[in-house]
Amino acid sequence: MNDAQNAANERPAFTLDGGRIPFTPGQTIMDAALAAGVYIPHLCHKPGSAPHGSCRVCVVRANGLELSACTTPAQPDLVVESEADDIRALRLAVVQMLFIEGNHICPACEVSGACALQAVAYHCGMLTPRFPQRFPRRAVDASHPDFVLDHNRCILCELCVRASRDDDGKRVFAISGRGIASRLIVDSPTGLLGDSSFSKDDAAARVCPVGAILPRRQVFRIPIGKRYYDRSPIGHVGDVAPRLDAEDVEL
Amino acid sequence: MSSTLETATHPERLRRVAIEPLTRVEGHGKVTLLLDDDDHVRQARLHIVEFRGFERFIQGRPFVELPVIVQRLCGICPVSHQLAAAKACDRFVGAETLSPTAEKMRRLMHFGQVLQSHALHFFHLASPDLLFGFDDDPAHRNIVGLIRDQPDLARRGVLLRRYGQEVIRVCSGKRIHGNAAIPGGVNKALDNADRELLGIDIAQVIQWAEEVVGLMRRIFLAGGEEFRRFAAVPANTLSLVRPDGALELYDGGLRARDAAGRTLFDHASDQDYAALLHEQVKPWSYMKFPFIAALGPETGWYRVGPLARVSNCDFIDTPRAERARQELVALGDGRPVQATLAIHWARLIELLYCAEAIERLLGDPDLIGDDLVREGVPGANGFRRTGIGVIEAPRGTLFHHYEIDADGLVSRANLIVSTTNNNQVMNESIRRVAQDELDGRTLTEPLLNRIEVAIRAYDPCLSCATHALGQMPLAVTLVRGDGEVLDQLRRDADGAVRRGPPGIAGAGDGMPR
Repeated sequence: MNDAQNAANERPAFTLDGGRIPFTPGQTIMDAALAAGVYIPHLCHKPGSAPHGSCRVCVVRANGLELSACTTPAQPDLVVESEADDIRALRLAVVQMLFIEGNHICPACEVSGACALQAVAYHCGMLTPRFPQRFPRRAVDASHPDFVLDHNRCILCELCVRASRDDDGKRVFAISGRGIASRLIVDSPTGLLGDSSFSKDDAAARVCPVGAILPRRQVFRIPIGKRYYDRSPIGHVGDVAPRLDAEDVEL
Repeated sequence: MSSTLETATHPERLRRVAIEPLTRVEGHGKVTLLLDDDDHVRQARLHIVEFRGFERFIQGRPFVELPVIVQRLCGICPVSHQLAAAKACDRFVGAETLSPTAEKMRRLMHFGQVLQSHALHFFHLASPDLLFGFDDDPAHRNIVGLIRDQPDLARRGVLLRRYGQEVIRVCSGKRIHGNAAIPGGVNKALDNADRELLGIDIAQVIQWAEEVVGLMRRIFLAGGEEFRRFAAVPANTLSLVRPDGALELYDGGLRARDAAGRTLFDHASDQDYAALLHEQVKPWSYMKFPFIAALGPETGWYRVGPLARVSNCDFIDTPRAERARQELVALGDGRPVQATLAIHWARLIELLYCAEAIERLLGDPDLIGDDLVREGVPGANGFRRTGIGVIEAPRGTLFHHYEIDADGLVSRANLIVSTTNNNQVMNESIRRVAQDELDGRTLTEPLLNRIEVAIRAYDPCLSCATHALGQMPLAVTLVRGDGEVLDQLRRDADGAVRRGPPGIAGAGDGMPR
């Protein structure tokens, strides 16, 4: 046994669905699980971004309490259940609610096949809508020359809010309103993306897990069969549509 | 040129018979007949309740989504809608010409589309009428009867259709509702493995296609004068043709001829369609009636689809289909063939053409390339604001017309689908059937079926629900002028025809009413 393995064995650990997950103090359940190669479904979490806990898709039961894995600090000897039947049912309901809250029309959406929401829905076994569609009337903001902001698809994960604030130092995005009236707003005199300081080079341009912030020139360029989640399900290849990180994306 | 049976002089004195629902094409179809006291037909109308949701709900969407959204108008010919929208979007991005790879991939995909749709229509929907007769027991006059009686023919139909679907799949990623065509080109070329896959069966497909053309020719000729007259109406014809006059399904100029074969306009730019064709609204129908503007609504209506295309073109540029075309047009003695049942014959000639054209394209090195998308210099405001795409869908000429705002969002759309183009000619055909076959007679299922046979020749969507399963409930009610119900005839979900009011749906009756 080498020193590294010794060190790993000496790290504190918790159990996740019966398996042992070592962690470094300060890590969340989500951080530790992903680092150990165990997938817990999530949408608003992105490694490196501040924990947020808004989407609730990463719900787990930790020592009997239902908590979001992305905001709960890992603790020694914590007993965490993620794939228990009732937790899976709870998570599925959360995803189904996300689908009815906006207008997520996968058949007509250019990120279909590379969308974290769709991929998580598949992972959770969502086959049909469950709750009545709300069909909110939301605008498409196509005022920016390089990007389209489609509010119909926004799931309020705030990844763009955090990236613009923390990585770009711009604060282009924020959430306004409360409850079901919450919506993404843009910091510009007109409220339009084209009049804001948003740029195609921003980190915020590359974090949207759904099709709400989309480069307008590259849509449907990747054929069916070659899209990220066509190749492997999200449980194997991880989150955040890779088109946003791919080197060959020309904006 | 319109029949006098469109509007009766005194409808209040007549009995109304409604065949409803006919089927579910773009909504709901029905036929209404008005009969006088001696059972003479005084009025016959085909209604198709088109719901134009698409033109409205794509407003405000980015134009790049159009090919993918609008193809969902149809599950039978989505590729035609995808390509018509993509052709319109090519104009938005200033792609005056596509790369050879992109254009040929689109053509290949469309040949697959037309081939599969025509195979579906003939084998699954129309052939039971033609092989077993209009009067055959409806429990047998369907695809199941075909499988029982002529399993080899039925199998060929299934496999021909599957081949077309495979062509679509390798081109667009999915058999139904793929996404290959994008503004300015396509998102993939053919790869060698797919080309080899399609090459394996193409010789067999061509042979079967040629044999089924021969079968349909024999059926038609054996039908004699009855088949030549059945539902036949003299009509103008409209289709795209290639610059050299050849049959064309993807892109060309518009050609219209009158019923005698005289040219009305030729090689007209599809971008000028709105000046050439106008649409009339009639108070009794939700579907518009397009007509050739120069002739006016009374005489300007026209036929689109296989018979119009095969009659309109000067030649077909594949040898077997061209031989078959010559046999069909010879029937007209120098005038366009107007027999409604000859539409099936023309459809199969096109099926053969598609098979031959696929074989030729598969040998084309351009299909395997990486020059996929071209974009020109957009207009001064960023985009061109108007895009028109016209294509020959399996059932006829299909017009997509979009306008976008300065941000590239759709502000207006107009779609004239094949069924709409054929609205008046289908109406005229059922009036001919009503006059020739129903007039003065007591209604029976075989008589009603003749109405459907005429409609079926134009539009596979109209027949798919009624014929493939043999279970589409159909109710005909005879009502006296004062509203009293005199007679009712219904076809129940089990396929049986019974007299009397519709009963409570039995167990297992899942068909929509």
